[in-house]
Amino acid sequence: MDFKLKIWRQKNRDDRGRFVDYEVKNVSPDASFLEMLDILNVDLVKRGEEPVAFDHDCREGICGSCGLVVNGRSHGPGRGIATCELRMRGFKGGETIVAEPWRAKSFPILKDLIVDRTALDRIIAAGGYISSKTGAVPEANSIQVPKPAAEEAMDAASCIGCGACVAACPNSSAMLFVAAKVSHLALLPQGKVERKERVLKMIEQMDKEGFGNCSNNYACEAECPKKISVTHIARLNREFILAEIS
Amino acid sequence: MKLDSKIPAGPIEKKWDSHRFNMKLVNPANKRKYSIIVIGTGLAGASAAASLGELGYNVLTFSYHESPRRAHSIAAQGGINAPKNYANDGDSIWRLFYDTVKGGDYRAREANVYRLAQVSGSIIDQCVAQGVPFARDYAGYLDNRSFGGAQVSRTFYARGQTGQQLLLGAYSALSRQINAGTVKFFPRREMLEVVLVDGQARGVVCRDLVTGKIETYAANAVVLATGGYANTFYLSTMAKASNATAIWRAYKKGAAFANPCFTQIHPTCIPQGGDYQSKLTLMSESLRNDGRIWVPKKKGDTRRADQIPEEERDYYLERLYPSFGNLVPRDVASRRAKEMCDKGYGVGPTSLAVYLDFAESIKRLGRHVIEERYGNLFDMYHEITAEDPYKGPMRIYPAVHYTMGGLWVDYNLMSTIPGLFVLGEANFSDHGANRLGASALMQGLADGYFVIPYTMGDYLASTKFKPVKVDDAPFIEAQGGIEGLIKKLMSINGKKTVEEFHRELGKIMWDNVGMGRNRAGLEKALKEIPRLRAEFWQNVKLVGVSNDMNAELERAGRVADFLELGELLAFDALHREESCGGHFREEHHTEEGEAQRNDKKFSYVAAWEFTGVGKKPILNKEPLKFEYVKPSQRSYK
Ligand SMILES: Cc1cc2nc3c(=O)[nH]c(=O)nc-3n(C[C@H](O)[C@H](O)[C@H](O)COP(=O)(O)OP(=O)(O)OC[C@H]3O[C@@H](n4cnc5c(N)ncnc54)[C@H](O)[C@@H]3O)c2cc1C
Ligand code: SF4
Ligand code: FES
Repeated sequence: MDFKLKIWRQKNRDDRGRFVDYEVKNVSPDASFLEMLDILNVDLVKRGEEPVAFDHDCREGICGSCGLVVNGRSHGPGRGIATCELRMRGFKGGETIVAEPWRAKSFPILKDLIVDRTALDRIIAAGGYISSKTGAVPEANSIQVPKPAAEEAMDAASCIGCGACVAACPNSSAMLFVAAKVSHLALLPQGKVERKERVLKMIEQMDKEGFGNCSNNYACEAECPKKISVTHIARLNREFILAEIS
Repeated sequence: MKLDSKIPAGPIEKKWDSHRFNMKLVNPANKRKYSIIVIGTGLAGASAAASLGELGYNVLTFSYHESPRRAHSIAAQGGINAPKNYANDGDSIWRLFYDTVKGGDYRAREANVYRLAQVSGSIIDQCVAQGVPFARDYAGYLDNRSFGGAQVSRTFYARGQTGQQLLLGAYSALSRQINAGTVKFFPRREMLEVVLVDGQARGVVCRDLVTGKIETYAANAVVLATGGYANTFYLSTMAKASNATAIWRAYKKGAAFANPCFTQIHPTCIPQGGDYQSKLTLMSESLRNDGRIWVPKKKGDTRRADQIPEEERDYYLERLYPSFGNLVPRDVASRRAKEMCDKGYGVGPTSLAVYLDFAESIKRLGRHVIEERYGNLFDMYHEITAEDPYKGPMRIYPAVHYTMGGLWVDYNLMSTIPGLFVLGEANFSDHGANRLGASALMQGLADGYFVIPYTMGDYLASTKFKPVKVDDAPFIEAQGGIEGLIKKLMSINGKKTVEEFHRELGKIMWDNVGMGRNRAGLEKALKEIPRLRAEFWQNVKLVGVSNDMNAELERAGRVADFLELGELLAFDALHREESCGGHFREEHHTEEGEAQRNDKKFSYVAAWEFTGVGKKPILNKEPLKFEYVKPSQRSYK
């Protein structure tokens, strides 16, 4: 398959950036979107041009490194996949494909398609954990967790921290990401002790990082590669109100 | 070089306890005066940094990733072992110890393996306390499954995302320490050199991958938890950036490299589709619990799977190994799949695949059970191949997956360089010649949570440190060396891309140093690798500049190291004139085609000592003694 590409190129944080047109030829329909970019990059290097910089690592949808807005959608067309899981067979031969980085104030662009998402780590560091010191814990089966709670916690915990929810949101809100962590821990008996402090600190840090508010747009859920449900945002809100009033 | 494994005296079940009692302690008030550098934030690095931070040490941790949570541990699917015996099926520390020594084909150190089995229960306790959402039964208790090579159910799992959940647990503990200020995390920093002062590891040289700046950091000790080197083969189940640079540069500074040829080929991966392919995807081994492996009885049978009647199928693992069946260890399952394909029974467009069939399980248990157990794996398979595994069998083929070899460490996890500790997949310690499923996660976390916090204290308390600063000569020299190396790479300006060199190396490795190895092939590899390396240093093409983000430059350094490590790997494989575990020398097998060890000659750890690039390394041997598990021919019949 052959494709025309419009790719965002930006030298560094301070550069203004622009779209540049490219062409790639003879791409296997089974190739992934990132493998298509690999082919482009080998070509570029051979011509002495700088390859397109993009984040990626596991290439199987779990590390959360990759993240491109493809044809206007976070992680491209298709539901429940990360950019690395996007396959070229889903595009039409000859089609023009537009690829840009996540756009959000809290995710400064470092180069081309790479952004800095460390704001998400700082939200976790503010309180996204259970304070259990190494060694100072009870026997594992002394804590019973009802299966439905365990399952729902697992749904929430499967967030890969990619930031697509932020990129998809018109307000650049990180609510789905924060909700996934708050919900995961609040659902488990082990996580209940610190639940109030946790939600307050994480929300405080989220605001400090400049993420926007949630206006129930639900674009986050639609683009989340792990299909994290917005019902977790509802739980986050409940947790927050509970913590505020007590 | 003298290898002292420092195995404590006494009966095996008392060794770790008595060692812990005998170790020196650092006064709590003094802990923050010691700084420790931890490279890597996978399971091993994150758990180590968090635990050392909790103790009050001043910890500096580095990763080339943007976030600690992106380390490749995140990709582990199947599970983590612990002999809790919750299934009441006869499990015990002894049994896990025994299984691991036997599974490793009697090439691991008994004392280390015993300790691993001993602390593994605490890992599960720790993870549950952190909120790791392990699978549970309807009463709310932890659920277990059996996993490749074990006859008891001792594997804890979180759907098909166990590594992710364990890493997020360790990452949360690490984040808590970052918040508390005991740990400082440096993202997007690649360590390129260890700095030695008077023979002790006292610091590192890193490149800031955003600005390209070369930086140096000083500390009292350095911990490498940088993962495995399977990407030497180019195509593997490793993440794209996984590399050997940290351990390789340490090797060149004097750390012995143990058993480099012990690599693991995983039996259940999605077969390669075409040349564009950048990596291989693992389908968790847990699938073998409910999937049956088969090939057509007729050679070159091109019929679709559903058109091949039951009696014309060869469930060869069940036929050859009636008691273990589809659950034989990885090395055995991989070798048999290759053998079937080599003989012409392979399936699919390339004939390099065998079937993994769930039809019977779906019929017996219902689709929803299979979906609950393996849903995400089935989706992944569907996504990649555009075939629906609920409707027809998966096609699978072995792929390079894990490296048992790594830097040599003593019982305290210290390398042959004083003050340089090595944890997780980066060391060689516990898996011998073949790792059992669900035991790498266990080892990484055992090293990080429950071993290094003690042994590090002992080292710090019993060592004299002279004060060092990053403007001391050894740091400036090491920094200059790295700057020179980068300059050299940038200035070659040849014609071939790094990617092309890496692929070429991978092909040499897979063809000659892969699943079946023989003298002629290994000798061929030993000619071709140095040739390719020489070409690399004359003809590699880099673009861009070094004081900027430059992915090509990052990869060039890593591939340069693989081009040296590949040679050592082949060299070790050639020297080891026996078959054991994942190391299969075609010259050495039993009549039934199983690996034939030579315990008289090769019951030792081969710890190689660097003498110069392209020069013969020196072989140091650590003899292995088996007092508790008597070596026998492994049998899974
Ligand atoms: C697909 C897959 C599935 C698996 N499934 C299982 C399973 O079910 N059960 C099981 O027990 N095992 C499994 N394994 C094996 C297991 O996941 C790994 O062996 C283990 O997670 C390795 O952990 P680690 O901490 O040693 O290294 P990694 O998780 O690889 O972490 C390495 C870290 O080091 C950093 N790093 C490396 N080099 C440098 C450098 N030079 N400078 C700075 N930072 C550096 C990286 O950024 C990263 O943070 C699986 C492996 C794979 C690939
Ligand atoms: S909630 Fe979904 S989209 Fe947002 S970071 Fe997590 S996985 Fe990505
Ligand atoms: S590269 Fe890891 S999630 Fe896409």
